[in-house]
Amino acid sequence: MEAAMGLMRRIPAKHTDTALSALLSLMPSHSSDLLSQVDQPLQVLCDVDSGKEFILCEYNRDADSYRSPWSNKYHPSLEDGSLPSLALRKLEVEANDIFAIYRDQYYEGGISSVYMWEDDNEGFVACFLIKKDGSKTGQGRRGYLEEGSWDAIHVIEVGPEEEENTNYRLTSTVMLTLTTNNESSGTFSLSGSIRRQMTMRLSVADGHLCNMGRMIEEMESKLRYSLDQVYFGKTREMVCTLRPPSEVAQIRIPES
Amino acid sequence: MAEEEEEETELSEKQKIEIAKWFLLNSPPGEIYYVAKDVKSILNDDDLYNQAASEAFPVYNKSHFISLPMPDRSGDVLVTSFGELEGYAYLDPRTAQVAIVDHVKQVCTEVRPATDEELPSPYIEEFRCALDAEILKYVEESYPKGVCSVYCANGKDVEGPGSDFEFAVVISAARHSPQNFCNGSWCSMWNIEFKDDQQTVEVKGKIEVDAHYFEEGNVQLDAKHECKDSTLFQAPDDCAISISSIIRHHETEYLASLEASYLNLPDSTFKDLRRKLPVTRTLFPWHNTLQFSLTRDISKELGIGK
Repeated sequence: MEAAMGLMRRIPAKHTDTALSALLSLMPSHSSDLLSQVDQPLQVLCDVDSGKEFILCEYNRDADSYRSPWSNKYHPSLEDGSLPSLALRKLEVEANDIFAIYRDQYYEGGISSVYMWEDDNEGFVACFLIKKDGSKTGQGRRGYLEEGSWDAIHVIEVGPEEEENTNYRLTSTVMLTLTTNNESSGTFSLSGSIRRQMTMRLSVADGHLCNMGRMIEEMESKLRYSLDQVYFGKTREMVCTLRPPSEVAQIRIPES
Repeated sequence: MAEEEEEETELSEKQKIEIAKWFLLNSPPGEIYYVAKDVKSILNDDDLYNQAASEAFPVYNKSHFISLPMPDRSGDVLVTSFGELEGYAYLDPRTAQVAIVDHVKQVCTEVRPATDEELPSPYIEEFRCALDAEILKYVEESYPKGVCSVYCANGKDVEGPGSDFEFAVVISAARHSPQNFCNGSWCSMWNIEFKDDQQTVEVKGKIEVDAHYFEEGNVQLDAKHECKDSTLFQAPDDCAISISSIIRHHETEYLASLEASYLNLPDSTFKDLRRKLPVTRTLFPWHNTLQFSLTRDISKELGIGK
Protein backbone atom coordinates (compact mmCIF):
# COMPACT_ATOMS: atom_id res chain seq x y z
CA MET A 1 0.00 0.00 0.00
CA GLU A 2 2.88 2.33 0.81
CA ALA A 3 4.41 1.58 -2.57
CA ALA A 4 1.07 2.26 -4.27
CA MET A 5 0.79 5.66 -2.60
CA GLY A 6 4.43 6.27 -3.53
CA LEU A 7 3.56 5.72 -7.18
CA MET A 8 0.56 8.03 -6.98
CA ARG A 9 2.87 10.79 -5.73
CA ARG A 10 4.89 10.55 -8.92
CA ILE A 11 2.48 9.73 -11.71
CA PRO A 12 1.31 12.86 -13.58
CA ALA A 13 -2.15 14.06 -12.52
CA LYS A 14 -3.61 13.51 -15.99
CA HIS A 15 -2.92 9.78 -15.59
CA THR A 16 -4.54 9.44 -12.14
CA ASP A 17 -7.50 7.47 -13.46
CA THR A 18 -5.40 5.03 -15.45
CA ALA A 19 -2.93 4.62 -12.60
CA LEU A 20 -5.69 3.93 -10.11
CA SER A 21 -7.40 1.30 -12.23
CA ALA A 22 -4.01 -0.30 -12.89
CA LEU A 23 -3.33 -0.47 -9.16
CA LEU A 24 -6.82 -1.81 -8.48
CA SER A 25 -6.25 -4.66 -10.89
CA LEU A 26 -2.76 -5.40 -9.53
CA MET A 27 -3.80 -5.31 -5.87
CA PRO A 28 -7.49 -6.29 -5.69
CA SER A 29 -7.20 -7.03 -1.96
CA HIS A 30 -6.40 -3.36 -1.29
CA SER A 31 -9.22 -1.95 -3.39
CA SER A 32 -11.11 -0.25 -0.56
CA ASP A 33 -7.90 1.34 0.79
CA LEU A 34 -6.98 2.53 -2.69
CA LEU A 35 -10.41 3.98 -3.37
CA SER A 36 -10.48 5.86 -0.08
CA GLN A 37 -6.89 7.15 -0.17
CA VAL A 38 -6.41 8.07 -3.80
CA ASP A 39 -8.25 11.19 -4.83
CA GLN A 40 -9.80 10.89 -8.26
CA PRO A 41 -11.16 13.59 -10.54
CA LEU A 42 -14.81 14.24 -9.66
CA GLN A 43 -17.64 12.83 -11.75
CA VAL A 44 -21.02 14.42 -12.32
CA LEU A 45 -24.60 13.15 -12.77
CA CYS A 46 -27.80 14.99 -13.64
CA ASP A 47 -30.66 14.99 -11.11
CA VAL A 48 -33.73 13.85 -13.06
CA ASP A 49 -36.12 15.83 -10.79
CA SER A 50 -34.46 19.24 -10.75
CA GLY A 51 -32.46 18.95 -13.95
CA LYS A 52 -29.42 20.20 -11.99
CA GLU A 53 -26.08 18.46 -11.99
CA PHE A 54 -24.55 17.03 -8.83
CA ILE A 55 -21.14 15.66 -7.94
CA LEU A 56 -20.41 12.03 -7.14
CA CYS A 57 -18.10 10.88 -4.39
CA GLU A 58 -17.73 8.13 -1.82
CA TYR A 59 -19.84 10.15 0.62
CA ASN A 60 -23.07 10.20 -1.37
CA ARG A 61 -22.72 6.67 -2.66
CA ASP A 62 -24.78 3.71 -1.53
CA ALA A 63 -24.23 0.48 -3.45
CA ASP A 64 -23.97 1.68 -7.09
CA SER A 65 -26.24 4.70 -6.63
CA TYR A 66 -25.51 8.30 -5.74
CA ARG A 67 -27.75 10.63 -3.75
CA SER A 68 -28.51 14.02 -5.26
CA PRO A 69 -28.34 16.95 -2.82
CA TRP A 70 -31.12 18.69 -4.75
CA SER A 71 -33.89 16.06 -4.57
CA ASN A 72 -32.38 13.84 -1.84
CA LYS A 73 -33.03 10.91 -4.21
CA TYR A 74 -30.61 8.21 -5.29
CA HIS A 75 -29.61 7.90 -8.94
CA PRO A 76 -30.24 5.26 -10.20
CA SER A 77 -33.06 4.97 -7.71
CA LEU A 78 -32.43 2.89 -4.63
CA GLU A 79 -35.24 1.67 -2.34
CA ASP A 80 -33.50 1.78 1.02
CA GLY A 81 -30.55 4.10 0.36
CA SER A 82 -29.30 5.73 3.54
CA LEU A 83 -30.43 9.32 4.15
CA PRO A 84 -29.32 11.98 6.64
CA SER A 85 -31.67 12.80 9.56
CA LEU A 86 -34.31 15.46 8.93
CA ALA A 87 -32.42 18.08 10.95
CA LEU A 88 -29.17 17.37 9.15
CA ARG A 89 -30.93 17.31 5.79
CA LYS A 90 -32.25 20.80 6.54
CA LEU A 91 -28.71 22.04 7.15
CA GLU A 92 -27.57 20.20 4.01
CA VAL A 93 -30.21 21.95 1.88
CA GLU A 94 -29.21 25.33 3.24
CA ALA A 95 -25.51 24.54 2.79
CA ASN A 96 -26.08 23.58 -0.85
CA ASP A 97 -27.92 26.86 -1.54
CA ILE A 98 -25.34 29.10 0.11
CA PHE A 99 -22.36 27.15 -1.22
CA ALA A 100 -23.72 27.51 -4.76
CA ILE A 101 -23.61 31.30 -4.34
CA TYR A 102 -20.10 31.14 -2.85
CA ARG A 103 -19.03 28.94 -5.76
CA ASP A 104 -20.49 31.31 -8.31
CA GLN A 105 -18.70 34.31 -6.79
CA TYR A 106 -15.29 32.65 -6.81
CA TYR A 107 -15.56 30.34 -9.80
CA GLU A 108 -17.93 32.16 -12.14
CA GLY A 109 -19.51 28.87 -13.03
CA GLY A 110 -18.83 25.29 -12.04
CA ILE A 111 -20.84 22.77 -10.08
CA SER A 112 -21.03 22.33 -6.33
CA SER A 113 -22.56 19.76 -4.00
CA VAL A 114 -22.63 19.42 -0.23
CA TYR A 115 -23.31 16.14 1.57
CA MET A 116 -23.76 15.58 5.27
CA TRP A 117 -24.12 12.53 7.45
CA GLU A 118 -24.16 11.67 11.14
CA ASP A 119 -21.03 10.08 12.54
CA ASP A 120 -20.54 7.84 15.55
CA ASN A 121 -19.53 10.45 18.13
CA GLU A 122 -22.56 12.74 18.31
CA GLY A 123 -21.21 15.04 15.66
CA PHE A 124 -21.50 14.97 11.90
CA VAL A 125 -19.42 15.07 8.78
CA ALA A 126 -19.90 17.42 5.85
CA CYS A 127 -18.35 17.15 2.43
CA PHE A 128 -18.21 20.21 0.18
CA LEU A 129 -17.35 19.56 -3.46
CA ILE A 130 -16.61 21.91 -6.31
CA LYS A 131 -15.90 21.08 -9.92
CA LYS A 132 -15.02 23.72 -12.46
CA ASP A 133 -14.24 23.29 -16.13
CA GLY A 134 -12.29 26.43 -16.95
CA SER A 135 -11.44 25.54 -20.54
CA LYS A 136 -12.52 27.84 -23.32
CA THR A 137 -15.03 25.25 -24.50
CA GLY A 138 -16.26 24.92 -20.91
CA GLN A 139 -16.83 27.76 -18.49
CA GLY A 140 -13.57 29.64 -18.89
CA ARG A 141 -14.83 33.18 -19.26
CA ARG A 142 -11.61 34.63 -20.52
CA GLY A 143 -10.90 31.80 -22.95
CA TYR A 144 -7.23 31.40 -22.04
CA LEU A 145 -7.30 27.70 -21.34
CA GLU A 146 -7.28 24.91 -23.85
CA GLU A 147 -7.91 22.58 -20.97
CA GLY A 148 -8.57 23.53 -17.40
CA SER A 149 -10.13 21.76 -14.50
CA TRP A 150 -10.32 22.41 -10.79
CA ASP A 151 -11.73 19.73 -8.50
CA ALA A 152 -11.94 20.57 -4.81
CA ILE A 153 -12.92 18.17 -2.04
CA HIS A 154 -13.42 19.53 1.47
CA VAL A 155 -14.35 17.11 4.22
CA ILE A 156 -15.16 18.62 7.61
CA GLU A 157 -15.56 16.51 10.72
CA VAL A 158 -17.68 18.43 13.17
CA GLY A 159 -17.34 17.32 16.78
CA PRO A 160 -20.07 17.38 19.42
CA GLU A 161 -20.86 20.69 21.09
CA GLU A 162 -18.89 21.40 24.30
CA GLU A 163 -19.62 24.57 26.24
CA GLU A 164 -20.85 26.39 23.17
CA ASN A 165 -17.77 25.44 21.19
CA THR A 166 -17.19 22.78 18.58
CA ASN A 167 -14.09 21.27 17.04
CA TYR A 168 -13.88 21.34 13.27
CA ARG A 169 -11.36 19.30 11.36
CA LEU A 170 -11.09 20.14 7.69
CA THR A 171 -9.22 18.03 5.12
CA SER A 172 -9.04 19.60 1.69
CA THR A 173 -7.75 18.34 -1.63
CA VAL A 174 -7.47 20.29 -4.84
CA MET A 175 -6.71 18.61 -8.15
CA LEU A 176 -6.13 20.76 -11.15
CA THR A 177 -4.90 20.84 -14.70
CA LEU A 178 -4.38 23.84 -16.89
CA THR A 179 -3.11 23.81 -20.42
CA THR A 180 -2.54 26.70 -22.75
CA ASN A 181 -1.73 26.19 -26.36
CA ASN A 182 -0.68 28.68 -28.95
CA GLU A 183 1.42 28.87 -32.07
CA SER A 184 4.37 30.76 -30.61
CA SER A 185 4.77 28.94 -27.33
CA GLY A 186 3.41 25.46 -27.97
CA THR A 187 1.58 23.60 -25.24
CA PHE A 188 2.18 24.62 -21.66
CA SER A 189 0.58 22.39 -19.10
CA LEU A 190 0.62 22.39 -15.31
CA SER A 191 -1.22 19.76 -13.37
CA GLY A 192 -1.23 18.31 -9.94
CA SER A 193 -2.86 17.90 -6.60
CA ILE A 194 -2.26 18.95 -3.02
CA ARG A 195 -3.97 18.08 0.25
CA ARG A 196 -3.96 20.02 3.51
CA GLN A 197 -5.60 19.88 6.94
CA MET A 198 -6.82 22.55 9.31
CA THR A 199 -8.42 22.23 12.72
CA MET A 200 -10.31 24.94 14.58
CA ARG A 201 -12.32 25.26 17.76
CA LEU A 202 -15.11 27.74 17.15
CA SER A 203 -18.14 29.07 18.92
CA VAL A 204 -21.39 27.64 17.62
CA ALA A 205 -23.04 31.03 18.10
CA ASP A 206 -22.41 31.89 14.43
CA GLY A 207 -23.82 28.57 13.30
CA HIS A 208 -22.10 25.57 11.73
CA LEU A 209 -22.56 26.78 8.21
CA CYS A 210 -20.85 30.10 8.87
CA ASN A 211 -17.93 28.38 10.63
CA MET A 212 -17.47 25.73 7.97
CA GLY A 213 -17.82 28.25 5.18
CA ARG A 214 -15.13 30.51 6.60
CA MET A 215 -12.75 27.60 7.05
CA ILE A 216 -13.30 26.44 3.50
CA GLU A 217 -12.87 29.92 2.10
CA GLU A 218 -9.60 30.39 4.00
CA MET A 219 -8.37 26.95 2.99
CA GLU A 220 -9.24 27.41 -0.69
CA SER A 221 -7.41 30.71 -0.79
CA LYS A 222 -4.38 29.09 0.85
CA LEU A 223 -4.41 26.17 -1.56
CA ARG A 224 -4.76 28.43 -4.55
CA TYR A 225 -1.90 30.57 -3.29
CA SER A 226 0.33 27.54 -2.63
CA LEU A 227 -0.32 26.07 -6.03
CA ASP A 228 0.29 29.36 -7.77
CA GLN A 229 3.24 30.67 -5.78
CA VAL A 230 4.88 27.60 -4.33
CA TYR A 231 4.15 24.64 -6.58
CA PHE A 232 4.07 26.39 -9.94
CA GLY A 233 6.87 28.63 -8.68
CA LYS A 234 9.08 25.63 -7.97
CA THR A 235 8.60 24.22 -11.46
CA ARG A 236 9.46 27.65 -12.86
CA GLU A 237 12.60 27.74 -10.72
CA MET A 238 13.51 24.34 -12.09
CA VAL A 239 13.18 25.58 -15.68
CA CYS A 240 15.44 28.51 -14.83
CA THR A 241 17.99 26.16 -13.28
CA LEU A 242 18.03 24.02 -16.40
CA ARG A 243 18.48 27.00 -18.67
CA PRO A 244 19.05 30.29 -16.84
CA PRO A 245 17.30 33.19 -18.54
CA SER A 246 20.17 35.72 -18.12
CA GLU A 247 20.88 35.43 -21.81
CA VAL A 248 17.30 36.50 -22.56
CA ALA A 249 17.82 39.71 -20.68
CA GLN A 250 21.06 40.44 -22.53
CA ILE A 251 19.56 39.87 -25.94
CA ARG A 252 16.25 41.51 -25.18
CA ILE A 253 17.46 44.85 -23.87
CA PRO A 254 19.03 46.22 -27.06
CA GLU A 255 15.97 45.11 -29.03
CA SER A 256 13.35 46.86 -26.94
CA MET B 1 -19.25 -4.94 -12.67
CA ALA B 2 -18.67 -8.02 -10.52
CA GLU B 3 -17.67 -9.97 -13.61
CA GLU B 4 -15.22 -7.34 -14.62
CA GLU B 5 -13.64 -7.39 -11.19
CA GLU B 6 -13.26 -11.12 -11.34
CA GLU B 7 -11.51 -10.85 -14.64
CA GLU B 8 -9.28 -8.18 -13.21
CA THR B 9 -8.22 -10.30 -10.27
CA GLU B 10 -6.93 -12.89 -12.67
CA LEU B 11 -4.43 -10.77 -14.50
CA SER B 12 -2.16 -12.71 -16.76
CA GLU B 13 1.57 -12.33 -16.33
CA LYS B 14 1.62 -10.48 -19.60
CA GLN B 15 -0.93 -7.93 -18.35
CA LYS B 16 1.04 -7.43 -15.15
CA ILE B 17 4.17 -6.74 -17.15
CA GLU B 18 2.28 -4.27 -19.34
CA ILE B 19 1.00 -2.39 -16.28
CA ALA B 20 4.46 -2.35 -14.71
CA LYS B 21 5.89 -0.97 -17.96
CA TRP B 22 3.20 1.70 -18.10
CA PHE B 23 4.18 2.97 -14.65
CA LEU B 24 7.87 2.91 -15.49
CA LEU B 25 7.40 4.76 -18.78
CA ASN B 26 5.27 7.43 -17.13
CA SER B 27 7.88 8.20 -14.48
CA PRO B 28 8.72 11.88 -14.22
CA PRO B 29 12.26 12.88 -15.30
CA GLY B 30 14.90 11.32 -13.08
CA GLU B 31 12.43 9.31 -11.05
CA ILE B 32 12.24 5.96 -12.84
CA TYR B 33 14.42 4.45 -10.12
CA TYR B 34 11.95 5.34 -7.39
CA VAL B 35 9.00 4.23 -9.48
CA ALA B 36 10.81 0.96 -10.19
CA LYS B 37 11.27 0.31 -6.48
CA ASP B 38 7.54 0.74 -5.84
CA VAL B 39 6.55 -1.28 -8.90
CA LYS B 40 8.87 -4.08 -7.80
CA SER B 41 7.34 -4.21 -4.36
CA ILE B 42 3.78 -4.20 -5.72
CA LEU B 43 4.48 -6.93 -8.27
CA ASN B 44 6.26 -9.00 -5.63
CA ASP B 45 7.69 -11.19 -8.38
CA ASP B 46 11.28 -10.60 -9.46
CA ASP B 47 10.96 -12.37 -12.80
CA LEU B 48 7.98 -10.27 -13.88
CA TYR B 49 9.66 -7.11 -12.62
CA ASN B 50 12.93 -7.87 -14.37
CA GLN B 51 11.17 -8.47 -17.65
CA ALA B 52 9.15 -5.25 -17.37
CA ALA B 53 12.26 -3.29 -16.40
CA SER B 54 14.37 -4.73 -19.21
CA GLU B 55 11.72 -3.62 -21.71
CA ALA B 56 10.81 -0.24 -20.21
CA PHE B 57 14.19 1.19 -19.17
CA PRO B 58 15.73 1.33 -22.68
CA VAL B 59 12.64 3.12 -24.03
CA TYR B 60 12.57 5.56 -21.10
CA ASN B 61 16.32 6.25 -21.29
CA LYS B 62 16.20 6.94 -25.02
CA SER B 63 13.10 9.11 -24.91
CA HIS B 64 14.50 11.21 -22.05
CA PHE B 65 17.91 11.54 -23.73
CA ILE B 66 19.68 10.56 -20.54
CA SER B 67 23.40 11.21 -20.39
CA LEU B 68 25.87 8.82 -18.80
CA PRO B 69 29.53 9.41 -17.96
CA MET B 70 31.85 7.18 -19.96
CA PRO B 71 34.22 5.13 -17.81
CA ASP B 72 37.36 6.51 -19.47
CA ARG B 73 36.39 10.05 -18.36
CA SER B 74 36.20 11.27 -21.92
CA GLY B 75 32.85 12.91 -21.24
CA ASP B 76 29.18 11.98 -21.22
CA VAL B 77 27.45 9.88 -23.84
CA LEU B 78 23.83 10.62 -24.70
CA VAL B 79 21.46 7.67 -24.92
CA THR B 80 19.38 8.41 -28.04
CA SER B 81 17.91 6.48 -30.91
CA PHE B 82 20.17 8.47 -33.28
CA GLY B 83 23.31 7.00 -31.77
CA GLU B 84 21.89 3.55 -31.17
CA LEU B 85 23.86 0.60 -32.50
CA GLU B 86 23.27 -3.11 -31.93
CA GLY B 87 23.51 -4.58 -28.45
CA TYR B 88 22.79 -1.59 -26.18
CA ALA B 89 25.68 0.29 -27.72
CA TYR B 90 25.53 4.03 -28.34
CA LEU B 91 27.80 6.07 -30.54
CA ASP B 92 29.37 9.19 -29.10
CA PRO B 93 30.18 11.08 -32.30
CA ARG B 94 32.41 13.69 -30.63
CA THR B 95 34.92 11.19 -29.28
CA ALA B 96 34.23 8.64 -32.05
CA GLN B 97 33.62 6.06 -29.36
CA VAL B 98 30.92 3.51 -28.78
CA ALA B 99 29.55 3.24 -25.25
CA ILE B 100 28.02 0.02 -23.95
CA VAL B 101 25.10 0.85 -21.68
CA ASP B 102 23.38 -1.06 -18.91
CA HIS B 103 19.91 0.40 -19.22
CA VAL B 104 18.39 -0.77 -15.96
CA LYS B 105 21.37 0.35 -13.89
CA GLN B 106 21.64 3.49 -16.04
CA VAL B 107 25.41 3.25 -16.34
CA CYS B 108 27.90 3.05 -19.17
CA THR B 109 29.94 -0.07 -18.54
CA GLU B 110 32.63 0.18 -21.22
CA VAL B 111 33.71 2.09 -24.30
CA ARG B 112 35.44 1.05 -27.49
CA PRO B 113 36.65 3.08 -30.46
CA ALA B 114 34.03 3.30 -33.21
CA THR B 115 34.75 1.37 -36.38
CA ASP B 116 35.06 3.16 -39.72
CA GLU B 117 31.68 1.79 -40.80
CA GLU B 118 30.03 3.35 -37.77
CA LEU B 119 31.39 6.82 -38.55
CA PRO B 120 30.39 9.23 -41.34
CA SER B 121 32.53 9.92 -44.39
CA PRO B 122 35.20 12.68 -44.13
CA TYR B 123 32.99 15.01 -46.23
CA ILE B 124 30.05 14.64 -43.81
CA GLU B 125 32.30 14.63 -40.79
CA GLU B 126 33.60 18.08 -41.73
CA PHE B 127 30.06 19.52 -41.55
CA ARG B 128 29.24 17.53 -38.42
CA CYS B 129 32.39 18.51 -36.55
CA ALA B 130 31.97 22.19 -37.35
CA LEU B 131 28.37 22.15 -36.17
CA ASP B 132 29.24 20.14 -33.06
CA ALA B 133 31.84 22.73 -32.06
CA GLU B 134 29.35 25.60 -32.42
CA ILE B 135 26.56 23.76 -30.60
CA LEU B 136 28.95 22.80 -27.81
CA LYS B 137 29.91 26.44 -27.40
CA TYR B 138 26.24 27.46 -27.23
CA VAL B 139 25.28 24.70 -24.78
CA GLU B 140 28.19 25.47 -22.48
CA GLU B 141 27.13 29.11 -22.40
CA SER B 142 23.43 28.54 -21.91
CA TYR B 143 22.99 25.34 -19.92
CA PRO B 144 24.85 24.92 -16.62
CA LYS B 145 24.58 21.15 -16.99
CA GLY B 146 23.79 20.61 -20.62
CA VAL B 147 24.99 17.73 -22.75
CA CYS B 148 24.77 17.78 -26.54
CA SER B 149 25.56 15.65 -29.52
CA VAL B 150 25.36 16.07 -33.28
CA TYR B 151 24.54 12.86 -35.14
CA CYS B 152 24.39 12.12 -38.81
CA ALA B 153 20.86 10.76 -39.13
CA ASN B 154 20.93 10.13 -42.86
CA GLY B 155 23.47 10.01 -45.66
CA LYS B 156 26.55 9.36 -43.55
CA ASP B 157 28.35 7.79 -46.48
CA VAL B 158 27.89 10.73 -48.87
CA GLU B 159 31.36 11.43 -50.24
CA GLY B 160 30.95 14.90 -51.67
CA PRO B 161 28.56 17.57 -53.02
CA GLY B 162 25.54 16.40 -55.02
CA SER B 163 23.58 14.48 -52.36
CA ASP B 164 21.30 15.32 -49.45
CA PHE B 165 22.11 14.43 -45.87
CA GLU B 166 20.57 14.92 -42.48
CA PHE B 167 21.81 15.66 -38.98
CA ALA B 168 20.17 15.42 -35.59
CA VAL B 169 21.23 17.81 -32.86
CA VAL B 170 20.28 16.66 -29.38
CA ILE B 171 20.53 18.87 -26.32
CA SER B 172 19.68 17.45 -22.94
CA ALA B 173 19.84 19.06 -19.52
CA ALA B 174 18.55 17.40 -16.39
CA ARG B 175 18.53 18.39 -12.78
CA HIS B 176 17.61 15.96 -10.05
CA SER B 177 17.32 17.13 -6.49
CA PRO B 178 15.10 14.63 -4.71
CA GLN B 179 16.19 16.10 -1.35
CA ASN B 180 14.40 19.27 -2.44
CA PHE B 181 11.49 17.27 -3.90
CA CYS B 182 12.21 18.65 -7.32
CA ASN B 183 13.33 17.15 -10.64
CA GLY B 184 13.34 18.48 -14.14
CA SER B 185 14.61 18.03 -17.65
CA TRP B 186 15.01 20.03 -20.84
CA CYS B 187 15.30 18.03 -24.06
CA SER B 188 15.59 19.51 -27.48
CA MET B 189 15.95 17.67 -30.72
CA TRP B 190 16.79 19.53 -33.92
CA ASN B 191 16.50 17.88 -37.26
CA ILE B 192 18.79 19.48 -39.85
CA GLU B 193 18.22 18.62 -43.50
CA PHE B 194 20.91 19.62 -45.96
CA LYS B 195 19.20 19.87 -49.35
CA ASP B 196 21.80 19.80 -52.04
CA ASP B 197 19.58 20.56 -55.05
CA GLN B 198 17.89 23.61 -53.42
CA GLN B 199 21.10 24.64 -51.66
CA THR B 200 19.12 25.14 -48.44
CA VAL B 201 19.23 23.75 -44.95
CA GLU B 202 15.90 23.06 -43.25
CA VAL B 203 15.86 23.19 -39.48
CA LYS B 204 13.05 21.62 -37.47
CA GLY B 205 13.02 21.62 -33.69
CA LYS B 206 11.13 19.89 -30.91
CA ILE B 207 11.62 21.10 -27.36
CA GLU B 208 10.23 19.37 -24.32
CA VAL B 209 10.52 20.70 -20.80
CA ASP B 210 9.34 18.77 -17.76
CA ALA B 211 9.48 19.62 -14.09
CA HIS B 212 8.09 17.88 -11.04
CA TYR B 213 7.68 19.31 -7.56
CA PHE B 214 6.37 16.90 -4.96
CA GLU B 215 6.81 18.18 -1.43
CA GLU B 216 3.44 17.39 0.15
CA GLY B 217 1.83 17.30 -3.23
CA ASN B 218 2.42 16.34 -6.83
CA VAL B 219 2.63 19.14 -9.38
CA GLN B 220 4.13 18.77 -12.83
CA LEU B 221 5.00 21.04 -15.68
CA ASP B 222 4.78 19.51 -19.12
CA ALA B 223 5.66 21.91 -21.92
CA LYS B 224 6.24 21.14 -25.58
CA HIS B 225 7.03 23.25 -28.55
CA GLU B 226 7.86 22.71 -32.20
CA CYS B 227 9.36 25.16 -34.64
CA LYS B 228 10.87 25.44 -38.09
CA ASP B 229 13.43 27.59 -39.83
CA SER B 230 15.86 27.44 -42.73
CA THR B 231 19.17 28.80 -43.93
CA LEU B 232 21.49 28.59 -46.92
CA PHE B 233 23.66 25.58 -47.73
CA GLN B 234 27.15 27.03 -47.31
CA ALA B 235 30.62 25.90 -46.37
CA PRO B 236 30.79 23.73 -43.22
CA ASP B 237 31.94 26.53 -40.89
CA ASP B 238 29.34 29.01 -42.16
CA CYS B 239 26.57 26.41 -41.96
CA ALA B 240 27.59 25.60 -38.41
CA ILE B 241 27.40 29.24 -37.36
CA SER B 242 24.04 29.93 -38.96
CA ILE B 243 22.44 26.69 -37.74
CA SER B 244 23.62 27.16 -34.18
CA SER B 245 22.41 30.74 -34.15
CA ILE B 246 18.98 29.58 -35.38
CA ILE B 247 18.85 27.04 -32.55
CA ARG B 248 20.04 29.60 -30.01
CA HIS B 249 17.46 32.10 -31.20
CA HIS B 250 14.50 29.68 -31.07
CA GLU B 251 15.44 28.22 -27.71
CA THR B 252 15.90 31.69 -26.22
CA GLU B 253 12.54 32.77 -27.60
CA TYR B 254 10.94 29.64 -26.26
CA LEU B 255 12.34 30.17 -22.79
CA ALA B 256 10.96 33.70 -22.90
CA SER B 257 7.55 32.39 -23.87
CA LEU B 258 7.65 29.90 -20.99
CA GLU B 259 8.41 32.80 -18.68
CA ALA B 260 5.49 34.71 -20.16
CA SER B 261 3.18 31.74 -19.59
CA TYR B 262 4.23 31.69 -15.94
CA LEU B 263 3.73 35.44 -15.62
CA ASN B 264 0.22 35.16 -17.05
CA LEU B 265 -0.77 32.50 -14.56
CA PRO B 266 -1.81 34.36 -11.41
CA ASP B 267 -3.99 37.01 -12.96
CA SER B 268 -5.34 35.62 -16.16
CA THR B 269 -4.94 31.91 -16.77
CA PHE B 270 -5.57 30.76 -13.21
CA LYS B 271 -8.51 33.12 -12.89
CA ASP B 272 -10.53 30.98 -15.29
CA LEU B 273 -10.34 28.19 -12.73
CA ARG B 274 -10.77 30.12 -9.51
CA ARG B 275 -10.55 33.82 -8.69
CA LYS B 276 -8.40 35.10 -5.84
CA LEU B 277 -11.35 37.08 -4.56
CA PRO B 278 -15.05 36.80 -5.35
CA VAL B 279 -16.58 38.91 -8.10
CA THR B 280 -17.67 41.23 -5.29
CA ARG B 281 -13.97 41.74 -4.38
CA THR B 282 -14.67 41.13 -0.71
CA LEU B 283 -14.65 37.91 1.28
CA PHE B 284 -17.85 35.93 1.19
CA PRO B 285 -20.38 37.18 3.79
CA TRP B 286 -20.77 33.93 5.73
CA HIS B 287 -22.07 35.85 8.78
CA ASN B 288 -24.91 37.29 6.75
CA THR B 289 -26.12 34.65 4.33
CA LEU B 290 -29.70 35.55 5.14
CA GLN B 291 -29.46 38.32 2.57
CA PHE B 292 -29.23 35.69 -0.16
CA SER B 293 -32.41 33.92 0.87
CA LEU B 294 -34.14 37.30 1.10
CA THR B 295 -33.04 38.30 -2.38
CA ARG B 296 -34.09 34.91 -3.62
CA ASP B 297 -37.53 35.24 -2.07
CA ILE B 298 -38.00 38.71 -3.49
CA SER B 299 -36.93 37.70 -6.96
CA LYS B 300 -39.26 34.72 -6.73
CA GLU B 301 -42.15 36.97 -5.74
CA LEU B 302 -41.40 39.45 -8.47
CA GLY B 303 -40.96 36.63 -10.92
CA ILE B 304 -37.40 37.64 -11.90
CA GLY B 305 -34.15 35.73 -11.81
CA LYS B 306 -33.85 32.02 -12.24
